[in-house]
Amino acid sequence: MTLLEDAGLQDRQRPNSQGDRPMGGTLVEQFELGLDAPICLTWELTYACNLACAHCLSSSGRRDPRELSTRQCEAVIDELQRMQVFYVNIGGGEPTIRPDFWHLLQYAVDHQVGVKFSTNGVRITPERARFLASTDYVDVQVSLDGATAEVNDHIRGPGSYETASRALQNLADAGFRDAKISVVVTRHNVGQLDEFKALADEHGATLRLTRLRPSGRGADVWDDLHPLPEQQRVLFDWLTAHGENVLTGDSFFHLAGFGESLPGLNLCGAGRVVCLIDPIGDVYACPFAIHDEFHAGNILHDGGFQRVWQTSQLFQDLRAPQSSGACTSCAFYDSCRGGCMAAKFFTGLPMDGPDPECVQGYGESALAADRVVPAPSQDHSLPATTRNQPVMLQLTRRPDLAAPPVSACAEDPLAGYRPLRPH
Amino acid sequence: MLDEAWQLSPQVALRPEPFGALAYHFGNRRLTFLRRPELVALVRGLGDSRDVRAALEASGLPAAHWPAYETALRRLAATDMIRRVAKEP
Repeated sequence: MTLLEDAGLQDRQRPNSQGDRPMGGTLVEQFELGLDAPICLTWELTYACNLACAHCLSSSGRRDPRELSTRQCEAVIDELQRMQVFYVNIGGGEPTIRPDFWHLLQYAVDHQVGVKFSTNGVRITPERARFLASTDYVDVQVSLDGATAEVNDHIRGPGSYETASRALQNLADAGFRDAKISVVVTRHNVGQLDEFKALADEHGATLRLTRLRPSGRGADVWDDLHPLPEQQRVLFDWLTAHGENVLTGDSFFHLAGFGESLPGLNLCGAGRVVCLIDPIGDVYACPFAIHDEFHAGNILHDGGFQRVWQTSQLFQDLRAPQSSGACTSCAFYDSCRGGCMAAKFFTGLPMDGPDPECVQGYGESALAADRVVPAPSQDHSLPATTRNQPVMLQLTRRPDLAAPPVSACAEDPLAGYRPLRPH
Repeated sequence: MLDEAWQLSPQVALRPEPFGALAYHFGNRRLTFLRRPELVALVRGLGDSRDVRAALEASGLPAAHWPAYETALRRLAATDMIRRVAKEP
């Protein structure tokens, strides 16, 4: 993203036709006040998914029967074209398992709405890969959360590494250039960053790293999967050293508290420059905030997407000046701006407090204090376990037990007696 | 540049925003923010003017500000947001 700085032309607080909205200032300050249409819009096409990843942001699995029809999806695209939303990030669930996915893809491109879609690769056959290679304005992002099958399949489920690898290979064979390999950075894969980069290079792809959010099913596994404090530093250093050709979706701005900002906007864009449309037309403030608390409206019942974006009370509130609360006295507040709203909400931390992964250590103390993790407001997870569901439990023995407990009926005079082992 | 004819690249769309406009290039997929309504008006008017100088004159901007706008136009040209119009033979 390039910023056009018209140097020497900045004057502040200039009144304009937008009432009391100040002009000038930095671009980030302008973004905080909101835009007429989002820059980065995520659209989850379906909650249906062939996988059941442990950290799924949208708790996907089952299709919602209220899912938008093909006609309704086309109407959404028409509206995005009118609003000049130039591209949309399509996800799910697994968007490609919607029967009309390829039609909608073509429809969007034909209506000047470029598409980047996220997939686990299940439907990226050689034939589809050739079709994708023939289109302009389509980006493909294949999710992979481990550079090895062992690490990946642990959270994405058995066979998912192979599915993603095959998709990437099909894309490369078809001549599709610059696919994205999208990685959620976890405690288990943060040591594989070099391997991920090599994997991307090998497939002529670009690496994309994003932050693990405690949203959806991610709330259940966040404690076990989010990078440890020392790993945050490793990640920051790696991004500083190698980040030039690596995409991050601006998701690591909480790391700016290390003192040096990473490239990108370094601001929470929720309801200001980003938002999410879910499969049934509900609009949420950001892709990581599918919860009633961040529900702005519904495109079917509240007069269309533009109306929700421009007039919903929630978005008006998010565009108003935010309180820095407990972070006010922190010297790094200007760089991290308090971190990620969704990460705070889903870990039960106050909105105006530190990010749970605050690199200055304020998150850890906040997590240790009294807090109530909010209950999810919706869940599309599959009701029963499936064959490719990840199993994150491992069978181990309690380390403090050396032998089975002694039954009260044991008559042996030596029952429960264990001789001290000679050293 | 002042004596050359330029126009908005045909692959670029401008989206009005409170701070100016957002320019998106459908070819190279670059997104650029035009931070001043005056710059947006200038860029839109390029195609209707004989050359950049005429566009600046038409914009009513004080001449003292022209160099800054010219710099901005050059940067837009570098990413193909605006394109030079070929001279008639």
